[in-house]
Amino acid sequence: MKILILIGNVPDTTTKVKFNADRTAFDASGVQWIINPWDELALTRAMELKETSGGAVEAVVVANVGRAETEATLRKALAIGADKAIRIDADPKEAGYVASQLATIAAGYDLIMAGIEAADYNGNAVGGMLAEMLGMNSVSAVSGIQIENGQLKINREIDGGSQVVGLPMPLVAIVQKGIAKEPRIPAMRGIMMARSKPLEVVQPIDAAPMTNMVTFEMPPAKAACKMIAEDQAKDLIHLLRDEAKVL
Amino acid sequence: MSASAAYIAPDHFLVDELFSEEQKIVRGSIRDWVTRKVKPVIEDHYERAKFPDYLIREMGELGIFGPFIPVEYGGSGLDYISYGLIMQELERGDSGVRSMASVQTSLVMYPIHAFGSEEQRRKYLPKLATGEMIGCFGLTEPNHGSDPGSMVTRFKDMGDHYLLNGAKMWITNSTVADVAVVWAKDEQNVVRGLIVEKGMPGFTAPETHGKWSLRASVTGELVFDNVKVPKENMLPNVKGLKGPLSCLNSARYGIAWGVIGAAMDCYDSALRYALERQQFGKPIAAFQLQQKKLAEALTEITKAQLLAWRLGVLKNEGKVTAAQISMAKRNNVEIALDIARNMRQVLGAMGITNDFPMMRHMMNLESVITYEGTHDVHLLITGNELTGIPAFK
Ligand SMILES: Cc1cc2nc3c(=O)[nH]c(=O)nc-3n(C[C@H](O)[C@H](O)[C@H](O)COP(=O)(O)OP(=O)(O)OC[C@H]3O[C@@H](n4cnc5c(N)ncnc54)[C@H](O)[C@@H]3O)c2cc1C
Repeated sequence: MKILILIGNVPDTTTKVKFNADRTAFDASGVQWIINPWDELALTRAMELKETSGGAVEAVVVANVGRAETEATLRKALAIGADKAIRIDADPKEAGYVASQLATIAAGYDLIMAGIEAADYNGNAVGGMLAEMLGMNSVSAVSGIQIENGQLKINREIDGGSQVVGLPMPLVAIVQKGIAKEPRIPAMRGIMMARSKPLEVVQPIDAAPMTNMVTFEMPPAKAACKMIAEDQAKDLIHLLRDEAKVL
Repeated sequence: MSASAAYIAPDHFLVDELFSEEQKIVRGSIRDWVTRKVKPVIEDHYERAKFPDYLIREMGELGIFGPFIPVEYGGSGLDYISYGLIMQELERGDSGVRSMASVQTSLVMYPIHAFGSEEQRRKYLPKLATGEMIGCFGLTEPNHGSDPGSMVTRFKDMGDHYLLNGAKMWITNSTVADVAVVWAKDEQNVVRGLIVEKGMPGFTAPETHGKWSLRASVTGELVFDNVKVPKENMLPNVKGLKGPLSCLNSARYGIAWGVIGAAMDCYDSALRYALERQQFGKPIAAFQLQQKKLAEALTEITKAQLLAWRLGVLKNEGKVTAAQISMAKRNNVEIALDIARNMRQVLGAMGITNDFPMMRHMMNLESVITYEGTHDVHLLITGNELTGIPAFK
């Protein structure tokens, strides 16, 4: 069984978000990049499956659409334990374009894991699109994956509970919180071994973007927080009723 | 407000661009681990004067011990800047946790690797790397601190073993150590290194209590009362004070990096607080006096970062001198201690509580400015380097 993990390269979650002058693009200057947190959890689960499957998982490969700067992110994925990385040398313009690129390298895997969304644009689209392009089954909102007797057992979160599904491979699992407890921290030995693991660079295909970015808006600045003393409930009611007009 | 919930490491001079991709992954790993595992428990352990010993095996698994030792002996074969960055991130957590790792790596694994026999390397290094074994380093004695050459711990050649007598004091990890690298004089007054194992009859390691500093690190004595040490436990490949001094060089190098982490933690916490805390109708960060403290802290952190980076390059190239390491240790510990004090003041009364890390770092750094050569002695090392006149004798 071969597993492919889609790795998004996103700004660190503590980044102060800025845009260019006409607000059509994110200003990436001075930004620290990290593995998209959901993708990092997916990779962690893939490593756990590989380690506990008694050889059933032969290889875990990570793939990313991005320019050379994103190799640090892929190198970290290799340090966590992936066997090989693939970088498709293109700007990840939007979900449709990214999925089209990934479709060119995603054949031959039994399980493809994509994060439920990217921490940057919250697109929530690449996994589903890729499954459609490859004509593969896909399962969304996956919070657990087990291998039992060579088959996948998948837990999904549904409103008010959870569901266990069995599906034939190959398939795309769109994973969310719960897929792994916490992201695995690469050990020093793994970081050193990542030096000699393959990182293959693939040329992109022509693919027309399916959407284009019109403009970005910042949310209105948060107003200062007003503290009200415990015994001043009247003030609170006054503020809620007369100023905020929510009562 | 949690002091380190969203820690942002200062990097005013884009020092990050001087680090390789690999070095940054190393730093990120230890930073994440410290945030996850050390920060949440450290104040409590500090208060109870307890080392979080359950972390040792995890530190081993992560490869914190002996990162620059070759893979065949259980290390990770990383470079010295990576080692420095590991120390920096550990000390952002706590100087005691960093001290534990410094001793294990630089004072125990390093001498066994550099001066040990092949059998000694194979016997001890892999277990020290995983944390299955803990090590300590015995040089300082009750009556000989800055002047270790006058040590009185001695051993006699009894034909089929050595007989060791004496005592060491202020020894990090002493009570929990499985092996002690002990420096003692032979019958010709030559300092030699002996590997003494826990459980050897006549060897005891009582704990030193009542420390206000490095409370989350174990400190104690090593007492040798006619301890029979097998002959194969002598480090064969070094004689004289050069042995312990080269260990100290390796550890001091790590300290020069480590203390930057403590300084960054203090700076980050104070900056955050100063922007939120309001007095006279504005954030205290708006007052010039507070800006002066913060600006000077960032300036000194930046200088310390560049000094450590250059030191790391020289060490990687095999060109670093003891005097350079000494200068960097002295400078960086001093600025870290000053920053801890000044950043504590930025917080006013809140700064004295354990909701914030400054007091703990400040108290820890009093040990760091004393051990591995006192602040005074390091100045005299530089003086000796300049003038050729050793003023410490
Ligand atoms: C928490 C902690 C952990 C430690 N861990 C270890 C360990 O693991 N292994 C180990 O071997 N040691 C360890 N030490 C010991 C440490 O290295 C010594 O404390 C240090 O070398 C200083 O020795 P001393 O305390 O005896 O001070 P002294 O040497 O007595 O110095 C006292 C004062 O005199 C000054 N002084 C001394 N000589 C001169 C001189 N020639 N000129 C001018 N001033 C001078 C010093 O600067 C200092 O201010 C540790 C110490 C501490 C506090």
